[in-house]
Amino acid sequence: MAKSETGVFSAGRAEIAERTLRTDKWWLQPLTIFSVLVAFIIYATFRAFENAHYYASPLISPFYSPCLGKCVPGSSLLGSPFLNFHIFGFATFSPALFILIFPLGFRMTCYYYRKSYYRSFWMSPPACAVAEPHSKYTGETRAPLILQNSHRYFFYIGLIFNVLLTIDAILAFRNGDGQWGHMSIGTVVLLANATFLWLYSASCHTCRHTIGGRLRNFSAHPIRYKAWTIVSALNHKHQNFAWISLLGVAFADFYVRLVSMHPGLNHYFF
Amino acid sequence: MARTLKLRIWRGNAESGALQDVTVNANDGEVVLDVIHRVQAEQMNDLAVRWNCKAGKCGSCSMEINGKPRLACMTQVGSFEPEETITVTPLRAFPVIKDLVTDVSFNYKKAMEVPAFEPPVGMKPGEPRMQQIDVERSQEFRKCIECFLCQDTCHVIRDHEENKKSFAGPRFFIRIAELDMHPLDILRNRKKTAQEEHGLGMCNITKCCTEVCPEHIRITDNAIIPMKERVVDEKYDPLRWLGSVIRKREGIL
Amino acid sequence: MSTSLERHKYDVVIVGAGGAGLRAAVEAREAGLKVAILCKSLFGKAHTVMAEGGAAASMGNANSNDNWMVHFRDTMRGGKFLNHYRMAELHAKESPDRIWELEMWGALFDRTKEGKISQRNFGGHEYPRLAHVGDRTGLELIRTMQQRIVALQQKDKRDHGDAESFIKVFAEFTVTEVLKENGKVAGVYGYYRENGHEALFEAPAVILATGGVGKTFKITSNSWEGTGDGHALALKAGGNLVDMEFLQFHPTGMVWPPSVRGILVTESVRGEGGILTNSLGERFMFKYIPDVFKDKYADNEAEADRWYTDQDNNRRPPELLPRDEVARAINSEVKAGRGTEHGGVFLDVSKRLSAEVIKKRLPSMWHQFYELAGVDITKEAMEVGPTCHYVMGGVEVEPDTAAAVGVPGLFAAGECAGGMHGSNRLGGNSLSDLLVFGRRAGMGAAAYVKQTTATPVSEATVAAAAKKVEAPFTRTGGENPYALHQELQEVTHNLVGIIRTKKELQEAIDKIADLRTRIANVTVTGDRTFNPGFHLSFDLDNMLLIAESTAKSAIVREESRGGHTRDDFPGMNAEWRQKNNISSFNGSEVVVRQQKLPELTKELFDLFDVHELEKYMTPAEISKGGSN
Repeated sequence: MAKSETGVFSAGRAEIAERTLRTDKWWLQPLTIFSVLVAFIIYATFRAFENAHYYASPLISPFYSPCLGKCVPGSSLLGSPFLNFHIFGFATFSPALFILIFPLGFRMTCYYYRKSYYRSFWMSPPACAVAEPHSKYTGETRAPLILQNSHRYFFYIGLIFNVLLTIDAILAFRNGDGQWGHMSIGTVVLLANATFLWLYSASCHTCRHTIGGRLRNFSAHPIRYKAWTIVSALNHKHQNFAWISLLGVAFADFYVRLVSMHPGLNHYFF
Repeated sequence: MARTLKLRIWRGNAESGALQDVTVNANDGEVVLDVIHRVQAEQMNDLAVRWNCKAGKCGSCSMEINGKPRLACMTQVGSFEPEETITVTPLRAFPVIKDLVTDVSFNYKKAMEVPAFEPPVGMKPGEPRMQQIDVERSQEFRKCIECFLCQDTCHVIRDHEENKKSFAGPRFFIRIAELDMHPLDILRNRKKTAQEEHGLGMCNITKCCTEVCPEHIRITDNAIIPMKERVVDEKYDPLRWLGSVIRKREGIL
Repeated sequence: MSTSLERHKYDVVIVGAGGAGLRAAVEAREAGLKVAILCKSLFGKAHTVMAEGGAAASMGNANSNDNWMVHFRDTMRGGKFLNHYRMAELHAKESPDRIWELEMWGALFDRTKEGKISQRNFGGHEYPRLAHVGDRTGLELIRTMQQRIVALQQKDKRDHGDAESFIKVFAEFTVTEVLKENGKVAGVYGYYRENGHEALFEAPAVILATGGVGKTFKITSNSWEGTGDGHALALKAGGNLVDMEFLQFHPTGMVWPPSVRGILVTESVRGEGGILTNSLGERFMFKYIPDVFKDKYADNEAEADRWYTDQDNNRRPPELLPRDEVARAINSEVKAGRGTEHGGVFLDVSKRLSAEVIKKRLPSMWHQFYELAGVDITKEAMEVGPTCHYVMGGVEVEPDTAAAVGVPGLFAAGECAGGMHGSNRLGGNSLSDLLVFGRRAGMGAAAYVKQTTATPVSEATVAAAAKKVEAPFTRTGGENPYALHQELQEVTHNLVGIIRTKKELQEAIDKIADLRTRIANVTVTGDRTFNPGFHLSFDLDNMLLIAESTAKSAIVREESRGGHTRDDFPGMNAEWRQKNNISSFNGSEVVVRQQKLPELTKELFDLFDVHELEKYMTPAEISKGGSN
C-alpha cells in the first residue's frame, strides 16, 4: 500500500513513521470478532440452504420460524403463503430464505454490530489510534451506508419474530405427539433463545430512543422515564446480549438439527 | 522507591522531528507528567509540554502514550512494566507546534460553529424551573473537560485531514446533544444541522471517543446514537413524515 | 523588532480567562466595548475549573430565611472582620443575580424538588447556600461563560460579519508588563507562548483577573498558572497590594507522591479515625494539646481510641483539634527533624478502619488518590503537610468599580483582587466573588473608557518592554530558572508557611533579597518556541514579588488572624483589625505600610449582635457604632 499523504501522515502533523505506536495486542479483538462472525456466517449460510433438519416435533429451528414456504408437515405456524413460490424454476426454495433477511437486517444495522464489523472487517479503524488503510472516508452519509438509518424498522419487525419464537418455545412444552405438559432440553434451549433475543431487542439503542430517549422532559412522562431507565441499564449490556443471542440462535438451530437426526437425544424432564 | 525509567519522547516541530531516548528517575505513584517534568527540569529545559491542573480536571496535558491518546497526569508510571520503554508523542490528529504541544485551534473553530444555547423568549433570570431528571442527561455532557482526546482519536479526522471541513467531532456532538436535550433550549433545528452541517452521518460509531474519554462520558451511547436516532425521526422516518403531512393538512400543527 | 511588532488596539484588555476575566469580558462587550482576552493557557482551562464545592449565593432555595444580610454576616465573620465591608456587602447582595443569569446562558445546576437551583451546606455558612453541580461547579462556571462569549461572538458575526470584531481571545499569551503613559494605563505588552513572538495591545483600560499565587509555595493545590502575575503586574504598574500575609493553608495536603502533591485531604479523614504519626512512628498529637483544650481532648491513646465508639464517656482524639493546632503540630514535628523525607507526616486511616468502611465513608478520597497516584489509603498511610490553597490578599481596588487604587485605567477582580475576604475566605465565596466583581470590573472599565481618551503607547515605552522580554536570552552564566524556583519555594514553604515567627520571617526576607539578585541574572537555554524555561523566567520574577510582599506584610502584623498565624503572637489584636497592610513596589523592593481599614457603616454595623463585635473591636469602635 502506498504511503498515504493524509491522516497521521499529513503535512504539519508530528513526523512519525509508524501507523500506530500502540504496544498492546490491539489486533486481538478485531481478529477474534472477525473469526467468530465469519464462522457464524458460514454456518448460517449452510443451514439456510440446507432446507432440512429444521423441525423435530415439537421443536423448530429459529432459522426456519415462522416457516412460510414448502415446509415439513407440522412446522408451519402461520400457514404457507409461499408454498408454490419459485424463482427461475427453483421450486424448492429453502423456507429460511424468506425470513432470515429480517433478523439479518436487524443485526446488520445494529449500532453495536456496526462498530464491530466496521472495525474488524472494514478496518475503519481496526482499533483506536491505529491508522486505517483507506484513503477516503464518507461514513454513513451516502448509499449504501445511509440505509443504516433503517434500523428502527428492523427493530419493529424483530419484535414480531421475538413473539413468534416465544410461541415456538411455548409450543415446546409438548411432547413429540403434541400433548401438553411436557418439558425437554429442547424446551430450555428454545426458551433461552427467545429470552436472549428479547434482551437483545430490549437493550437496543432504537428501543431506548423510542421508549423515552426522544423526550425532552422526562418529568412530564414518569412512566416512560422509568421504562427508559430500565432500557438504559440493559443498553449498557447491549454488546453482551448481541453476542449471547447470536450464539444462542446458532446453538438452538444446531440443537434442533441434532435432535431431528437423533430424536433420542432430546431428554424429557417430564 | 525510586527507579530508572526509559522514556522515548518525540521532539521536533511542524517540519521535522524524531523520538529521542532518555533515562530518568521515577518514584512510585508518579504519573507520566511528573516524569516529563523531571526530564524538563534536569535534561531538556526547553521541552515543550502543555499542562495545567495536574489533577485530571482541566484537560491540558493530552498526548499519546504508547500510542494511546491519554492525559499524562492520569497515566501512572506504575501501570507499565518495569523494563518497558514508555513512548510519548504529541496528539497525531492535529498539527504539531513543538515537542508534545499541538495546535488544537480546530476545536475552537468547531465550537464557534455550533449555535449557542437559546433560552425561551421573555424568560427572566431566576424563573427557570427544571427537574433533576430533566437536566441529568445534559449534565453528563457538561462534565467534558475539553481535553480533545476524543477528537484526536476519531478516525474520521485523524485518518482523513480533508474531513476536518465537514466534521465537528465527538466533542461537539455531545455539545449538540447537550443542547438538544436541554430543557430550556428553544432551537428546534439542531438535529437537522447536526446531520447536514456538522457531519453526524460521518460517524460510524466505532466508539474510540468513548474509549479514550477521561471523564468516562458515554459519548457514543448517550450522545451520538441518540442524536442519530433523533435525526432519523426528522429525516428518514416516512411514517413520521406522513404523520406530519396529515397533521399539517388537518390544521393540527 | 518594533517595525514588525504585532500591534492591536482595543477598548479593554483582560488579562486572565478564569471566571472573573470571562465575566468581565461579557460585561464589557455588552456595554459596547471592544475586548481582548489574553490567557496564559488555552481558552477554558483556567484554575477556576478546580473549584468543587459551589458558588455561595443567598437565593433562599433551600432555606427561605436566607438573605443577603445573613450572607454578609457570615462572610465578615469568616474574614474575622478584616474584610472591606463594601465588597462583602456588594458580594452578598449581588451573587444571587449572578447565579441566575448563568442559567440564562445555559448553565445546568443541580435542582431542588421544586425545580429550583439546589443549595448545599458549607462550613461557615448559616444556611445551605452553595449552588453546585456535583463536585465540578467551577467547570460549569467556566464552560458557561466560555460558551456565553462564543454566543456573543456568533452574534457579532451575524451583525458585523466577523466573529472576532468585538471579542477576541488570545490564548497562550503571557503579559509581561502593563504599559502606562502620563500616569494612565495605555496598554499591555507580552508574547505568545507558542512561538515567543511579541505583541503590543494598546487600550485605555486593563482588567487583571489572573487568580492566585500558590506556585510561590512548594506544596500547593494551585496549578502552574498561579504565579501571581496580576499581583505583580499591578505592583510594577504602581498599584498596591492589600494584606498579602493572608493565605489560606490547609494543614493536611498530600506532600508525596508528586502526582498528588498539594491535593487536599479532607478533615473527615481524621474524623473517621485517621491518626497522625511522625517518622519515628509516634502518635505525636498528644504532645500538642493546648491547656485550654485539656479537658476536651484525650491525653492517651486508649481513651482516644475509645472515643470513636463511645463519645459520651471519653475525650476526643487530639487529631481533631482545630485546624491551626493541627498545622502547628505538624509544622513543629517536621522542623524538629521527625518528618518524612518529603517534609510531611503520616496520616493513616487504614489501621483503624476496614477497607470496605473506608471506601464507603470516604469514597472520593479513596478514589482520587488511587486513580491519580496508586496510593491505596485502605492499605497505607498518606504523607501530609500544609498546602497553600488561596490568597486573600490582592490588588487594592475601589469596591464598586474594581478600579485599582492609584493606577487610572487599571482594574482587578477575582482572586487577584484583595479586600473582599478579609483574613479568611469562606468556602463557596470565591466563585460568587469572581462573578460579582468580574462583572463590576467590566462595568467599571466600560464607564472609565467612555469618559477618558486613549493615549498611544510611545515607541520608547515599547522598546523598553521589548528589551525586558529579550533579556533572559541575552544574559550568560546565570542560573537555571527551575532550580531558582525550587529554592524560592523552599524559602516560602519553610519560613513564610502556615505557622510564622519573627525570626523565620526575617530570615525569609534576607533570602528573598539574595534571590532577587540571582533571579535578575537568570539564563534560559533553547529558542523562543514554546520554551517553558523562558516562560518560567518571567513567572519567577512575579513570584519573587509575591513572596517578598507576603513576608514583609507577615512580619509586621503582630497578631494571628484567619490565614495568618504567628507563633509569637497567638491571639487576635483589635488594634491590628483596624489596619490593612499595603504593599507597593519602589522599583527595587517591596515596601509595606499600614492604612486604616474602612469602617463598617452604621446600617451594616447594626446587622450584628454587639456582643459578637466586642470580640473583634475596640471599646471605642463599639461605642461609636459604625461610621456616620
